[in-house]
Amino acid sequence: MNFGFPMRLQYMISGGDFNNAGAAASSLKKILKQLSIDSELVRKIVVALYEAEVNVVAHAYSGLINIELDHEKILIVIQDEGPGIPDIDKAMEAGFSTASEEVRSMGFGAGMGLPNIKKNTSTLSVESEVGKGTKLEMIIYLNT
Amino acid sequence: MTISQLVELLGLEVVCGQERIDEEVEFAFASDLMSDVLTLDKSGVLLITGLANPQAVRTSEIADVTAIIIARGKTITQEMSDLAEEGNMILLTSKLSVFKIAGELYSAGIKAIY
Ligand SMILES: Nc1ncnc2c1ncn2[C@@H]1O[C@H](COP(=O)(O)OP(=O)(O)OP(=O)(O)O)[C@@H](O)[C@H]1O
Ligand SMILES: [Mg+2]
Repeated sequence: MNFGFPMRLQYMISGGDFNNAGAAASSLKKILKQLSIDSELVRKIVVALYEAEVNVVAHAYSGLINIELDHEKILIVIQDEGPGIPDIDKAMEAGFSTASEEVRSMGFGAGMGLPNIKKNTSTLSVESEVGKGTKLEMIIYLNT
Repeated sequence: MTISQLVELLGLEVVCGQERIDEEVEFAFASDLMSDVLTLDKSGVLLITGLANPQAVRTSEIADVTAIIIARGKTITQEMSDLAEEGNMILLTSKLSVFKIAGELYSAGIKAIY
């Protein structure tokens, strides 16, 4: 396959649709592997995206993912419509979770996602408006 | 140890990934918590879990888990095996408990990550 740079990708996420949570991360993983990007780096990128995707499915109503890849970095923006996060500092703390029983029964809801996104990215910014939605912007540099 | 050796040792059933069973695994992790699996610093591990759902398969694919053993004879749904096929995963099942599987593999020399 041939890819032009910068490469742009877009995916949609539906809230509550757990069986498709991860479809974007899985698709991106296949693309990054074809581009021969280092597998440990690919793992960090797709883990961060997957955590964000699962958060939209678990906590919001719908979301849009925009990805831009160039030779030096990958930029991932996840914008959702949802309840928003009232206290972002608190949400970033390991162990803080408001996940429902349904989410927990599926193996999630330990309050580890946002800290894990932080761990796997070079930069992470979280903006949120209560009653509107949340926007995550993450960058991972490719030359580590 | 190769996947095929551990299939033999524990009498596992290979649901998906028959073509990859000559691959080696050195480390294993046991958890029903996918949030936890996503924080592993290692790729290529074996996951032992009691969680039989599509999320366990998807999470393993994303976290670069080499093979999954679903414990206690739980039913593997079509959705799970489809996801495993699509992600080129090795999906195994066992009648044994997570504790028993982990104990046997530890004795056989499979290492813990933490
Ligand atoms: N997109 C979002 N919209 C609304 N709230 C969110 C969103 N993402 C995270 N949150 C809030 O922040 C909390 C912490 O998120 P985090 O991803 O760290 O943990 P979790 O999703 O609850 O559990 P885990 O990620 O371990 O499965 C969530 O429980 C939720 O209250
Ligand atoms: Mg989360």
